[in-house]
Amino acid sequence: MSSEVISSGHSACAGCGEIIGERMVLEALGKDVIVCQATGCMEITTTPYPRTAFKVPWLHVTFENAASAASGIVEADRKLGRNTTVVAIGGDGGMMDIGVRALSGVMERGHDLMLVVTDNEAYMNTGIQRSSGTPKYAATTTTPAGSVVPGKREWKKSISRIAIAHGIPYVATASIGFPEDLVAKVKKAQGIKGPKLLHIYTPCPVGWGYDSSKTVYYAKKIVETGLWPLYEIENGKLTISQRPTFAPLEEYFTGQKRYKHIKPEHIKEVSERVKAGWKELEKQEKAGVDLMLLP
Amino acid sequence: MVKKIAEGSHAVAEVVRLLNPDVLAMYPITPSTHIPERLSDFESDGELDGTIIRVDSEFSAMSALVGASATGVRTYTATSSQGLALMHEVLFVASAMRLPIVITVVNRALSAPLNIFNDWQDSISERDSGWIQMYGEDSQEVADLMVQAYRIAEDKRVLLPVMVCMDGFFLSHTYDVIDVPEDLKGFVPPYKPEHAYLDPKRPQTQGAWAMQEPYFELRKELEEAVGAALPVIKEVHDEFAKVFGRSYGGGAIDVYGEGDTVVVSMGSVCTNLKVLADRLGFQVVRVRCYRPFPAEDVKKALEGKKAVAVFEKDVAYGTGHGALYNDVRACTTGKAVNFIVGLGGLDVPINALEKMCGEIDAMNDGETRWQR
Ligand SMILES: Cc1ncc(C[n+]2csc(CCOP(=O)(O)OP(=O)(O)O)c2C)c(N)n1
Ligand code: SF4
Ligand SMILES: [Mg+2]
Repeated sequence: MSSEVISSGHSACAGCGEIIGERMVLEALGKDVIVCQATGCMEITTTPYPRTAFKVPWLHVTFENAASAASGIVEADRKLGRNTTVVAIGGDGGMMDIGVRALSGVMERGHDLMLVVTDNEAYMNTGIQRSSGTPKYAATTTTPAGSVVPGKREWKKSISRIAIAHGIPYVATASIGFPEDLVAKVKKAQGIKGPKLLHIYTPCPVGWGYDSSKTVYYAKKIVETGLWPLYEIENGKLTISQRPTFAPLEEYFTGQKRYKHIKPEHIKEVSERVKAGWKELEKQEKAGVDLMLLP
Repeated sequence: MVKKIAEGSHAVAEVVRLLNPDVLAMYPITPSTHIPERLSDFESDGELDGTIIRVDSEFSAMSALVGASATGVRTYTATSSQGLALMHEVLFVASAMRLPIVITVVNRALSAPLNIFNDWQDSISERDSGWIQMYGEDSQEVADLMVQAYRIAEDKRVLLPVMVCMDGFFLSHTYDVIDVPEDLKGFVPPYKPEHAYLDPKRPQTQGAWAMQEPYFELRKELEEAVGAALPVIKEVHDEFAKVFGRSYGGGAIDVYGEGDTVVVSMGSVCTNLKVLADRLGFQVVRVRCYRPFPAEDVKKALEGKKAVAVFEKDVAYGTGHGALYNDVRACTTGKAVNFIVGLGGLDVPINALEKMCGEIDAMNDGETRWQR
């Protein structure tokens, strides 16, 4: 897999959805870009000193500060009289957990930044541990499915809602299973001044325990089931990008080892959440999203 | 140049404005807060060119400065105590990436128990971070160190971040007659990096990870770079003295008085030690540059002396001594004793210092006494 921005020879696993997502985003943005990457699989697989897979300027500092380091980059860039697109990009761990303070800070301060979460629903780089992006019932190495506990106990956190609570001009979800939608959202976001956040679904064959040829299958299937809604929120106006067919959740759960233990009652519970979630989404599509203008 | 009565923090802020950093990150913590407040006044009155980022934490402050410095511009922040501790992880990144960030550390005790007053545990605890550390005796010197710090940090032979340390409250909140330069006379040329920049026209990868061998090599290079900064620090001090007419005895150490007994310390407590040196006939060696540690200069100063006593406001826990003592101990085979003073801002009055100085002769080699 070689491109204008990421050269071949990186060491991401076969079928890695995250590197597909990263490449799609960067290719859509073009070469007038500076990338600030959080620690994680996308950093480790691309930049073993003294080699690099990046053909665009790229900085890695720590796990939890991609957003704040990017805020320094963008302010420095403007001081140098440029108008480069600055992207802070990281995994669900780097952006939704340990880096959430930094992410919140840059959104609140209004820096002209692209914020990208490539979500593979666990800390993959350190060996598949739970994050706040891990879905309920998924087994990870720190939320294993045992005889008593059926994997993760909590629901997945919504980073896009957290972003919207900052009143930022653009938030969108995307999946690498729908590349045209993803690319269109990246390009639209690039044209908007201020902080904009893209939450991208990027399956991981290693962490989820499925055959590496199935990455695109899962990236499409989750959208069809309604479990991963595709939408954008522009200045408080929510637009659904793609209506799900509400395909049975079994078609999504089957074949992933992380859900091997899942029982019909769990699936029923998730399916009720999907229904309720879509009701809410459709309501908001009509009424608009509360931009949280007051505390 | 105009002499005026100014608060230490305000003098620092005025010099920082002249130094014209492009990106400043600000987060309040006592006793460093007056610096960002005054810089904010300048900004609101249109007197500051740089962009202030009012970050969400000191962790983000240092992170934003790493991002800005890696992009290729001059940067600044000030902090104290918990704020510096929160930066810890990023400090090591900044030095190893050879980013010439300059910060003012307004020294304050570390929790627990929470304590806002002055000691040096905050910056001393970062002594192995690969940063250059300079300690000023009074606010004039701190202001002058700010100017020297940017020259040193951005020098092509150095390219390292610098902490300028000043005693919290004793310097930051007291007024003094200070000669704040109105013009830097070209002493600090604009920062134009050739080693680290983020520019789409010349793509560069910064912050790659490394396997054992290159990691080991790069860390060795960092230690060599910190050591190699010492002659530049001295050179910049001497040149500053020529241009601005103010000298501090030397770039690395400041030797004061004569005597067989030597008292080593840093920062504002040295002013009283110098008064006592005149009265009691000992010599003061004030360490200005703590990292790189000027071991050769200290060795020379201690040669043939009867005893050395190190006064310090920090503890190297588990060694029975302070960190400065341990560094000085390695420079002499003669008698060396240690006084731990002023932790958590405990007052160190001149009569207490005088009493301690009177105890040196009766103390055993290697003994540590805690001032109460
Ligand atoms: C402060 C800190 N804590 C923990 C780690 C260890 N660590 C490195 S990457 C990582 C997980 C990354 O997860 P995510 O952000 O989801 O990215 P992924 O690897 O899944 O792409 C962890 C826990 C670290 N580098 N720094
Ligand atoms: S573990 Fe998963 S996210 Fe990491 S490189 Fe492999 S496939 Fe990609
Ligand atoms: Mg992840």
